[in-house]
Amino acid sequence: MSASVVPARSADVGRVRGWFARAWTGRNRYLTAAVCVVLCTVMLLPIVLSVLASVKTTAEAAATPPTYFPSSLSLDSYERLWDYQQGLPTYLFNSFGTAMITIAITLALTIPAGYALARFPIPSKEILFLFLLLALIIPYQALLTPMFLMFAGLKLTNSLLGLAIVHATIQFPFSLYVMRNNFEAVPRELEEAAVMDGGGPMQILINVFLPALTPAIVTVALFAFITSWNEFLGAIVMMSKESAYTLPVILATARTETSLGGTDWGMLQAGVTISIIPCIVVYLLLQKYYVSGLLTGAVK
Amino acid sequence: MRRTRRDRLVGLALLTPALLFVLAFTAIPLIGMGWISLNNWTLISPPKFVGLANFERAFNDDQFWVSLTYSLQYTILITPILMIGGYLIALLTTSNTVLRRTTRTIVFIPVVIGLGVSSLLWYWLFSVEYGFVNRLLLDLGLISEPVIWLGVDANTSTWAIIASVTWKVIGFGVILFVGAIQAIPAEIDEAAMVDGASTWQRTRRITVPLTRPTILLVTLVSIIGSLLAFDQFYIMTAGQPLNQTATSVFYVYLNSFPYLKLGYGAALSLILAVIVLGVTIGQLILTRRGRA
Repeated sequence: MSASVVPARSADVGRVRGWFARAWTGRNRYLTAAVCVVLCTVMLLPIVLSVLASVKTTAEAAATPPTYFPSSLSLDSYERLWDYQQGLPTYLFNSFGTAMITIAITLALTIPAGYALARFPIPSKEILFLFLLLALIIPYQALLTPMFLMFAGLKLTNSLLGLAIVHATIQFPFSLYVMRNNFEAVPRELEEAAVMDGGGPMQILINVFLPALTPAIVTVALFAFITSWNEFLGAIVMMSKESAYTLPVILATARTETSLGGTDWGMLQAGVTISIIPCIVVYLLLQKYYVSGLLTGAVK
Repeated sequence: MRRTRRDRLVGLALLTPALLFVLAFTAIPLIGMGWISLNNWTLISPPKFVGLANFERAFNDDQFWVSLTYSLQYTILITPILMIGGYLIALLTTSNTVLRRTTRTIVFIPVVIGLGVSSLLWYWLFSVEYGFVNRLLLDLGLISEPVIWLGVDANTSTWAIIASVTWKVIGFGVILFVGAIQAIPAEIDEAAMVDGASTWQRTRRITVPLTRPTILLVTLVSIIGSLLAFDQFYIMTAGQPLNQTATSVFYVYLNSFPYLKLGYGAALSLILAVIVLGVTIGQLILTRRGRA
């Protein structure tokens, strides 16, 4: 590595010290600030336009060319979405329900497993660990057919539990990895004191580890939520009844089904807005954990 | 001694639910997929054993090759954009000023939105008459009449999808890159600065080499994600025109579910899984070599 840190020869310095260096530091601070502002605009604009379109009146939402700002506010699009097919509450319930079960399964599996891998002398531990990460090397898209057949036999298709199992499968390797790393990062002294006091493994897990692992638990739960809330292919495969659809599926369906009489853009954007809000709120509220958890899990 | 044995049992007991879960929902489906791929099965009639015929058929299936080539082409186009773009944004926003930290937060927002939902959003933005992309480009005078972005011309569709996916996922790399760059000990950079190295030289000779493992990790994630792309194509082009934008997972999905050719679909999935595994192993070898 040290070879790459060799100080630059002075001839290079003059040659390369051009616009690039200036743009980066010092004098052209304003340029970098401008680039940041442009970036933020580009990233936020689609979301802002969608939210604005969702509060336009029905006629204005279907206007060509589209208007940038709604001329008057209206919740018509949300009303139509509320009553669309089985009604928005059904789809929200399905999406939230699946996400919650996914979180529960993921945590219930990865907390004990992470604890076991980090702290117990298990025979051929690393081989078992690799087996547990199996889903990493097989794209879950490839497993959907056999899972669908298995679930059809178990009456787990069109069921929130069934879809949650698929989502937990997708999320499992990453969650286990994060958990194990975080269990290993807890200082041994903490649990030694508890062992002295005669605590069993379960008491130690609950009294010592769980409080220390809050960031990891939040990270795993958050990622499970976001994966499940947004997942699409598994949901269209597992859920064939309209009453079992999740939010992304009903929106994709609404796009196709209303396209004959002209797609209902206003309603679609209302749906997009409703799908996006929980994710952004959760992300902004818990950003600290989320980002640090991602880094512990990935950069380590 | 007794303590160790008890610990072993407790450890195994804690690990058992996870082992059973992976066995039931990953290992057994994997074996099931292997078995299905050796059969012709449409759900209506019972499975009929055909040996490797499904694999043979895949090699002679033009549409499968078109899909595979298209997925590769898409991956080759989008990966450098995500990597270089993500790294430049990371370099730009690494220092912890309010503006830069805010920019980082905002760039990450689309990452938490679903790909399905973001594809719907962009499907609307790209729509010919109702979309803002055309409106904006017309207002700026960059185009003289509305462009049909999706589903008519394969190239235009691909670039439209690449733009939308870049918007959606670039923040993922940015966050990891920023983490890796910030982890570089400040002394190294300062020493180079004292020696008169320019920003460009420090970036090229210090920052990039020291963040190499993260660069490789993000590359791997991007490549695999792109090779297995589905949602954005299903929603934005539905494979049109003429299945030219049907990605490999899209084609597997078409065969397995709407067409119910389960055996053939399973064979195609296995071929895809092997390709992805190959990419992963190649990448791991690269990472190892970098460390040695």
